[in-house]
Amino acid sequence: MIKVVDLYKSFGSLEVLRGITNEIHKKEVVCVIGPSGSGKSTFLRCLNLLEMPTSGQVYIDGVSFMDKKNDINKLREKVGMVFQQFNLFPHKTVMENITLAPVKVKGVGKDEAREKAIQLLRKVGLPDKDYEYPNKLSGGQKQRVAIARALAMDPEIMLFDEPTSALDPEMVGEVLQVMKQLVEEGMTMVVVTHEMGFAREVGDRILFMDEGIIAEENTPAELFQNPQNPRTQSFLSKVL
Amino acid sequence: MSKLVEVINKLAAGVFIVIMEIVTKLSDEIYFNLIRDDRYLYFVKGLGVSIQLTFYAALIGGAIGILVALARLTNNKVIKVIAEKYIDITRGTPVVVQLLIIYFAIFASTKIPRVVIASIAFGINSGAYVAELIRAGIQAVDKGQMEAARSLGLSYSQAMYHIIMPQAIKNILPGMGNEVISLWKETAIAGFIGLEDLMRGAEIVRARTFSNYTPYLVIALIYFYITALMTMILGKMERRLRKSD
Ligand SMILES: Nc1ncnc2c1ncn2[C@@H]1O[C@H](COP(=O)(O)OP(=O)(O)O)[C@@H](O)[C@H]1O
Ligand SMILES: [Mg+2]
Repeated sequence: MIKVVDLYKSFGSLEVLRGITNEIHKKEVVCVIGPSGSGKSTFLRCLNLLEMPTSGQVYIDGVSFMDKKNDINKLREKVGMVFQQFNLFPHKTVMENITLAPVKVKGVGKDEAREKAIQLLRKVGLPDKDYEYPNKLSGGQKQRVAIARALAMDPEIMLFDEPTSALDPEMVGEVLQVMKQLVEEGMTMVVVTHEMGFAREVGDRILFMDEGIIAEENTPAELFQNPQNPRTQSFLSKVL
Repeated sequence: MSKLVEVINKLAAGVFIVIMEIVTKLSDEIYFNLIRDDRYLYFVKGLGVSIQLTFYAALIGGAIGILVALARLTNNKVIKVIAEKYIDITRGTPVVVQLLIIYFAIFASTKIPRVVIASIAFGINSGAYVAELIRAGIQAVDKGQMEAARSLGLSYSQAMYHIIMPQAIKNILPGMGNEVISLWKETAIAGFIGLEDLMRGAEIVRARTFSNYTPYLVIALIYFYITALMTMILGKMERRLRKSD
């Protein structure tokens, strides 16, 4: 589904990713954990080229994302992204937030896009918020709208960058609930998260990142019970 | 007792004389500077010229500002450098020098009306400031907005048009209003190229009446009240913008 080969990324002289090779398969749920500053967000953002890798390759369905011949916008349609800070468009209603990309990018008819948006809002538990502006919503509601907005493009894979880290604790559950529902529906997902319980419950595979590399990867059961790398051990002892 | 009455009477007479003198002086000033030979017309016509100048300069400045702001955002290095140099040079030299250069070096030998030349000169000057305003307004929009738009598959220009600019405009408009207000005051140097604007009108009247300051006082009041009016309108607009947040 998505494959990265020997991914490097530097910001000036700061080397943030130092050789990452991995493949995310269809319907797989991969959770990325690791200390802050280890390059998790940068890795995720390289998957849809919001960050241009310094070197290496990103393939989606076998098509190179970095080859200039391929339309980057076309490829991005396949990859939905949910941000820690929601990034809803504040000057647009919930409905407009969700329908903008399908209409402008995919050329979907307005009515069709609206119908789909209503379905998606129902799915994320916000059926009556379509004409609200984002600033009228709670954090948890915003993030659920952001998920609906990404889903409206019918992505093949969803990327989540700490989707619950900016939320008040009582709102974390409602967002995780929606994400679990996506897992059940067979969505392919890469989730950067500090919610270890969530990672353990729904993850097919856990990547532990440290200092710009994948220091360890395994099934949740193995990784959480039997971490091999001392750095994984020390990280888990701090967060569990 | 009668002494006291006498003093009060004298004082009252003195005050009366002073008031009468002020009134006489004032009415003389008003008569000579405004009424005689219809001199008020210099102010009225000058006001018209100044308003025209501000209006056209603002339009030209706005158009140039948008173009230059866009030019700075392109990936074309040559266009970018030209835009940056334009901004540096325009902001780094006095507007009166720019006005004179544009007038004498470029337009003096043509038959283009002076109002047009001055509007272009002030527009070119204002454009640099507007371009900076637009750039700052765009930069003030949260970076996450562009990222979210791009992650949904919108192209850079679609993201600019649908997401960034509508938000940037709220940051830009108040500054634009202030820019028009500065323009309004800056046009007072249009007399340097022989344009009979408000300022020049005052000078012409002063040359006739030899009043020291009355003509300037008159135009100071006019400049001030028009500035106050524009500030008020701008304030109303800003309040409305904030409401839509
Ligand atoms: N745009 C950027 N410019 C410069 N440095 C950056 C940028 N983005 C991230 N970094 C740096 O890269 C490192 C990894 O960041 P990030 O991928 O956000 O880590 P994580 O998500 O694991 O906390 C950090 O040191 C961060 O400061
Ligand atoms: Mg991060």
